[in-house]
Amino acid sequence: MSHETSALTINRVSKQFSTPEGGVVRALDNVSLEVAEGSFTVLLGPSGCGKTTLLRCIAGLEAADSGEISLRGQRIDDVPVWKRRVNTVFQSYALFPHLTVAQNIAFGLQMDGLSKTQIAPRVEEALAMVRLDGLGGRRPSQLSGGQQQRVALARALAKEPEVLLLDEPLSALDLKLRRGMQSELKRLQRETSLTFVLVTHDQEEAMAMADTVAVFDAGRIAQVGEPRDVYLRPRTRFVADFIGEANVLPAEVMDAGVRVGSIGDVGLDVISGIDGQPPGTRGHVAFRPENINWERTPNGDAHVLDVTFVGGDLHIVAEVGEDTITIRASSHHEEPPRTGDHLDLSFPAGSVRWVED
Amino acid sequence: MGRARARAGQGSAWAAAPGLLYLIGLVLAPLVIIVVYSFLSRAKLGVGVKWEFSAQAYADLLFSESLAGGRSFDPTYLQIIFNSFLFALITSAVTLALALPIAVWIATRPPKDRTGLIFLVTIPFWTSLLIRTYAFIIILNDNGPINAFLGALGLVESPIPMLYTPFATVVGLVYTFLPFMILPIYASAERFDFRLAEAAYDLGGGKWTVLRRIVLPSVRPGVIAGMLLVFIPALGSYLAPELLGGGKTSMIANVIAAQFGASRNWPFGAALSVLLLIITLLVLVAFAVLSKRSARVTGRSSWESML
Amino acid sequence: MSRRPRGTGESLKDFPLFGAISAVVFAFLYMPLVFVVGYSFNANRVVTVWKGFTLDWYLEVLQNDDIQRALMNSLRVAVVATALSVVLALGLAIGLLRLARSGNSFAWALIGAPLIIPEIVFAIGTLSLFVQMRMPLGVNAITLAHTAFCIPFALLPIRARLKSVDLSVYEAAADLGANEWRIFRRVTLPLLAPGVVAGALLAFIISLDDFIVSYFLAGPGGTTLPVYIFGMIRNAITPGVNALSTLLLLVSVLIVSISYYTSRRKR
Repeated sequence: MSHETSALTINRVSKQFSTPEGGVVRALDNVSLEVAEGSFTVLLGPSGCGKTTLLRCIAGLEAADSGEISLRGQRIDDVPVWKRRVNTVFQSYALFPHLTVAQNIAFGLQMDGLSKTQIAPRVEEALAMVRLDGLGGRRPSQLSGGQQQRVALARALAKEPEVLLLDEPLSALDLKLRRGMQSELKRLQRETSLTFVLVTHDQEEAMAMADTVAVFDAGRIAQVGEPRDVYLRPRTRFVADFIGEANVLPAEVMDAGVRVGSIGDVGLDVISGIDGQPPGTRGHVAFRPENINWERTPNGDAHVLDVTFVGGDLHIVAEVGEDTITIRASSHHEEPPRTGDHLDLSFPAGSVRWVED
Repeated sequence: MGRARARAGQGSAWAAAPGLLYLIGLVLAPLVIIVVYSFLSRAKLGVGVKWEFSAQAYADLLFSESLAGGRSFDPTYLQIIFNSFLFALITSAVTLALALPIAVWIATRPPKDRTGLIFLVTIPFWTSLLIRTYAFIIILNDNGPINAFLGALGLVESPIPMLYTPFATVVGLVYTFLPFMILPIYASAERFDFRLAEAAYDLGGGKWTVLRRIVLPSVRPGVIAGMLLVFIPALGSYLAPELLGGGKTSMIANVIAAQFGASRNWPFGAALSVLLLIITLLVLVAFAVLSKRSARVTGRSSWESML
Repeated sequence: MSRRPRGTGESLKDFPLFGAISAVVFAFLYMPLVFVVGYSFNANRVVTVWKGFTLDWYLEVLQNDDIQRALMNSLRVAVVATALSVVLALGLAIGLLRLARSGNSFAWALIGAPLIIPEIVFAIGTLSLFVQMRMPLGVNAITLAHTAFCIPFALLPIRARLKSVDLSVYEAAADLGANEWRIFRRVTLPLLAPGVVAGALLAFIISLDDFIVSYFLAGPGGTTLPVYIFGMIRNAITPGVNALSTLLLLVSVLIVSISYYTSRRKR
């Protein structure tokens, strides 16, 4: 196959808002991003990190202060919302309450100047795609939240956009429905082979759906990559913390190895994962709770403070010097640690990452 | 380089321009012209004005000119202004006494009944004021239903003269403005959290205590708004004194109307209007101050409960 | 003796005499309407002495040329003033949401002014303006003035409706390819329709029922129905007044009821 082309290119886009109190918020700070054709890209971050602002800039609902946005190589900054071949699934669904489901879906096609005979089959097709066949005559108010969600999706998909934008589309659904819709969205993206850009604050959701995830931190993109890669190799302290659970401890590069927090020379195989940092560098390391090997020894460095049983796993909170770390262990272990035990800790190769602040 | 515009579809502030221009032309301009007219001279034939500066209209408020040309203090118009205040005050007090119970009563009905009851209160308001006022000519007549009823009971030997008295004017005014008092009080009462009353009962309060110490203080913003909504229009009332007072109990509006009608003294009518406007404005400011003070107590302003 | 309430939670909400006073107030509110309507069927020429049932007065009223002319004047004024005030109010409702704060308070002072200014002052002010500008009095003058004080009545339901619309609906329309004008026609206007209808109905009865402003601006040929009724009352109280009044009351009650149900209709 030929190499991937970009559906969407974001180049050094900035946007700031003035707050009512007279302050200035930098919602987007020199953000650049390539979205590959046919990919499922997720913009992930806590609320207020700028991810929704970027989505609205792409849609044309918000104008960036500076920077360039291109769609398949064409600049679209000056193209008004209604002419961009990009469509949005809104967080609140934004269904037209005065129109039926079918009329809602037909709206965008009518705006393109299609004839009635062209519109009807595409509405049917869109309804079938989201499995709402036969509900075209209903009003949005007569549908459940999940069904409204599907209508919003069908309405945007019917326009066959070059990029489909989804703004926290699942946040209003309950947990069970959300899981179902996640795989549904994945299926739709595969079937239509359209480019999806989804915004969410839910890292599990992002991990479940994304081909590529872009993690936002305070108006900047902290890391872009495949979900697995971002999880295993977080580049910043924020990413390590935000995605999954992580133990983040202060560390210093020594002549031989790394001094991690007050652990001292515990787990010297730490060094193997960290390259290129000159001795004397201070910063942080991160490691996942499940990537810790432990062994009970009477004079181990880790002192167990608490052990809880969570979802089939054991969560062990242990004190190492002045730091507290979390260890996840299988509950099938024959003799699990108890409060008060002393453990000896070690780390598999490559599992401890040096992270930027 | 032009950037794509934000906030699609919400229209622009310019949409308000025609409406605002219209209101400037047909609300603001008439007010300005009244002020101007009040400082001009009377036209020869009485219709319109003569464009010559004069403060005569304002002097006429306090003094009358004898045929000989001498000026003497004449309290006629002061008396009418005082009467208007008195009528407006009595009207406010009576409407308050009637509106408070019904507003609280409706607010304590089940939610589904409330809108219907409030709608019933507002229906008369939307019918012609002229006809409603006229109705009291029939009702308060010497041969009217009230006198007939009293006569049939043998309570009175000859009909009580009610029509064309200050009493009739007050009845007409109270009737006209009753909904204006009920609605804002209801709006306050509806927001009253009845659990507060339950707490008061629980602490040993009786019905009157709860009413006086818990319910009334929390509907105060509505009461203040209601007083404003009744007092101001009552002050400038025209129809009730005209039709029911029989000319014996004139209020400011009747005198103004007369200057633009039979008396043909536009500048004087304009000066009276300016006076009425100033009084209205002062009352408005006084209420605004009062409502701010009460908002500090209840955390809610009267303006809010008006809307 | 204790005055503590006993019994169910519901009775805790009842205060002594409040129900009785409410009943009296409701009776008071409807008494005038009842008497006007009732006596309109009275066969006696003396209005308040009941003699028997008749519809003669309605026939008399409906056949009267002057009344027909006055009715036509009233309808012309009300229809045009309603249309004008609704269009202006629609613009105001949309524009005011986007207007800067300082502009907004000035605008609201202007809009609220017709409700606060004593009607007599508004009437003679408009009269003075028209006379000063040498504009003829009559139906057109009345229409212009009515439009001004109908605006706040038309505006309130439209604004209430507009504020309840989820803003992202407009964004969705733009996102789906609608430009500003098409958003207005296809989304804003249909969504506001119930508010527009309610506002128009209110403006219509406010104009139809107005007496004072019409009275001063009527001139020789502009007599509206309320102005005509006022003249009748001034001359002599006849059952004809009651019949005519009943018809006008009926129209008002009908229209306000329709308005009530339109604005309550669920979206």
